[in-house]
Amino acid sequence: MSGNMNLTLKVWRQKSQNAQGAFETYEAKNISPDMSFLEMMDVVNEDLIKAGKEPIAFDHDCREGICGMCSMYINGRAHGPLKGVTTCQLHMRSFSSGETITIEPWRATAFPVLRDLVVDRTAFERIQQAGGYVSVNTGSVPDANAIPISKENADEAFLSAACIGCGACVAACKNSSAMLFVSAKVSQYALLPQGNVERKERVLNMVSQMDQEGFGNCTNTEACEAECPKEIKVTNIARMNREFLRAKLFS
Amino acid sequence: MTLNSKAPSGPLAEKWNNHKFNLKLVNPANKRKYDIIIVGTGLAGASAAASLAELGYNVKTFCVQDSPRRAHSIAAQGGINAAKNYRNDGDSVYRLFYDTLKGGDYRARESNVYRLAQVSVNIIDQCVAQGVPFAREYGGLLDNRSFGGAQVSRTFYAKGQTGQQLLLGAYSAMNRQVATGKIQSYTRHEMLDVVMVDGKARGIIARDLVTGQIERHSAHAVVLCTGGYGNVFYLTTYARGSNVTAIWRAHKKGAYFGNPCFTQIHPTCIPVSGDHQSKLTLMSESLRNDGRIWVPLKKGDNRKPEDIPEAERDYYLERIYPSFGNLVPRDIASRKAKEMCDQGRGVGASGLAVYLDFSDAINRLGESTVASRYGNLFDMYKQITGENPYKTPMRIYPAVHYTMGGLWVDYNLMTTIPGLYACGEANFSDHGANRLGASALMQGLADGYFVLPYTIGDYLAGEERKEVSIDSPEFVAAEKNVKDQLQKLLSINGNKTVHEFQRELGLIMWNHCGMARNENGLKEGIEKIKALRAEFWKNIKVPGVGEELNQNLERAGRVADFLELGELMMQDALQRNESCGGHFREEYQTPEGEALRDDDNYAYVAAWEYKGENQPSEMHKEALEYEFIKRSQRSYK
Repeated sequence: MSGNMNLTLKVWRQKSQNAQGAFETYEAKNISPDMSFLEMMDVVNEDLIKAGKEPIAFDHDCREGICGMCSMYINGRAHGPLKGVTTCQLHMRSFSSGETITIEPWRATAFPVLRDLVVDRTAFERIQQAGGYVSVNTGSVPDANAIPISKENADEAFLSAACIGCGACVAACKNSSAMLFVSAKVSQYALLPQGNVERKERVLNMVSQMDQEGFGNCTNTEACEAECPKEIKVTNIARMNREFLRAKLFS
Repeated sequence: MTLNSKAPSGPLAEKWNNHKFNLKLVNPANKRKYDIIIVGTGLAGASAAASLAELGYNVKTFCVQDSPRRAHSIAAQGGINAAKNYRNDGDSVYRLFYDTLKGGDYRARESNVYRLAQVSVNIIDQCVAQGVPFAREYGGLLDNRSFGGAQVSRTFYAKGQTGQQLLLGAYSAMNRQVATGKIQSYTRHEMLDVVMVDGKARGIIARDLVTGQIERHSAHAVVLCTGGYGNVFYLTTYARGSNVTAIWRAHKKGAYFGNPCFTQIHPTCIPVSGDHQSKLTLMSESLRNDGRIWVPLKKGDNRKPEDIPEAERDYYLERIYPSFGNLVPRDIASRKAKEMCDQGRGVGASGLAVYLDFSDAINRLGESTVASRYGNLFDMYKQITGENPYKTPMRIYPAVHYTMGGLWVDYNLMTTIPGLYACGEANFSDHGANRLGASALMQGLADGYFVLPYTIGDYLAGEERKEVSIDSPEFVAAEKNVKDQLQKLLSINGNKTVHEFQRELGLIMWNHCGMARNENGLKEGIEKIKALRAEFWKNIKVPGVGEELNQNLERAGRVADFLELGELMMQDALQRNESCGGHFREEYQTPEGEALRDDDNYAYVAAWEYKGENQPSEMHKEALEYEFIKRSQRSYK
């Protein structure tokens, strides 16, 4: 088809967590500009399998930008060149024929590579388990409209809660800081009356777990916000810092 | 085996209360002596896991993704129904019950649907208490919107991300229990078999998707919450990883499969752009409020839409259904789009699309008003297609996005295997032959938060309180079977990839068992699937080994199961000589081309029993008796 592209890919290949990794070069031929980036990877993988080689492992699931599973570092940017877009929603029309594209996994001590472009993000799980909830049991709750919440706060809480937990913020940060991810959850509950009772413990426990997982410090570079596919704001980090300070002062 | 729905007798509104009172209880100190396995962590699985752990049971959860939060419930857009009547517009539990039953074309149980409507109000309370940021009004109370089919506003929502917010709520409740040690969460694990001991479900065999290790896990009960099986069609709105494997392997161990052919096809999705495509994206149904659907009058008219004059356009829904126009129900809009394309009047490069045109709306309302209503959807469309829908009509086409069928369950959500339960989309229960919008989230959470926690105790109370051993011959045998199958897949080393087989199967399903079905087409389709399945086991190529992260091996096992399921779906469609809801048999339509239901002969649930490899399955019937509601024919002219 006319308008189709030929690309060169430099892809990080690593057999397992403890194996030595290296870049390998592949040709992606006859790529339609209408393909998503992951569909282009599908084509490359089909060619590799047909040629008797091992296909490239990469995480993906919903392919509509909401599950947070896909996670490629493309030409030095988390989820590639576009703003507010996950890799699965990035289309090949954002590239031009003849281009060389470098594809890496998320790089962070707390996200070890499992294979090729697949990383282990269970550190995020453990942070959520440390306090990312309101302690209410099923059934023992008041009528939904017994808890009025200002529209402003509800909308703001929603924007924080829209985080998809993909880890792009960590990958984009020179210190591999998870502050944006953690602060989004802390903010959601800090903005809502439901979160008030456990406010202090939540922020202390989640931050403590974050530190234990080996994520780095925040230096206000704001790369996380720039690369976040859901455009989670760095003001969440400021709010978490206030929450943290408040919890420390009054504990 | 006779199917016993265990639906309680008595007045409709009292059934669930009476039933709850009659269920056996497990005393609090004994709950910690019971282990429960939950497979799948979407709305149904995560809510069940959290609720059961809160009660004191020991829960193990399994999901194929790297986090429970990534289950495909996350992608649900529109909202969740609940009979709160916060709008004072005449809603009630009875009205939600009635709408759901009617929407399902009277192919669901009255008792189940009434219970669903009853607990819907508790779901909203629960989610709000967890901190789910629903949309609110300026006074601080919850906002609602209306949704297709209903005449009241009962849909609660969080922008276009309601599924995400509800799942993150259930996930947070789960996380709290993981922290207490009551839930052990196994991520990147895939269940590959149910283990039966003395006729009861006693555990599962799972594969660690990172190391490839095969593991045995035992429990006193197993709950499958693994979602729908629409990916048998390949191109769908499902996540790529959504699959039938867990429920199919349970089916092969004795769980009956209910109404497998009931599939919902959503009319407004972004069409296929080429052979490379891996998934279809839904565009909210709300677009049909202001968009007009049309195709060129002439066949093969490949002018740009802007260049086709008004007189040469066919606004076919407005023409055929003058009173409902572009807002006819989903099944009708889907079928008519297909008809137009079959006539050679489809648009776009593939000819498999129709226009959804906003130019009239933009002229009438102005671009900024249209943008304020649909801006995010227009952006998404542009991102995917590279076209600007403000300037040129959208192209849309129907796509598979939900399966009403699933494992047959009784009123307690137990399958025909004692101790094996199915919740959410994985069971067949509450939507009949067609699901209403905003009801999938409701059912998943109803099952997990408010039904299973009661009903599972009734079973466990009768079970011995000692740990189930994983060293029994049954576990050993089940593990061996799983390993043998994996080895077989790896050793064939043929010429065709998993991807190629899945696409081929999807095309057969779509052409023979899609939006419109007929006897000859189904019989032909069954033969094609049989041939493809035989070829699969001779010619599949799976690279790599079993003891590593091997995504092709995972997919190969799933496609093997889809190849068996597809045939059963066609058999089910073939036996149902009527049209109802999402099941449209071309032979059974009114003179106007509408679905013709046959209540005298087909008011039953078809529950299929597996009889062995390449053996015909046996159908059992559960009669659907309507005690409280009078069935009627739907009309939209």
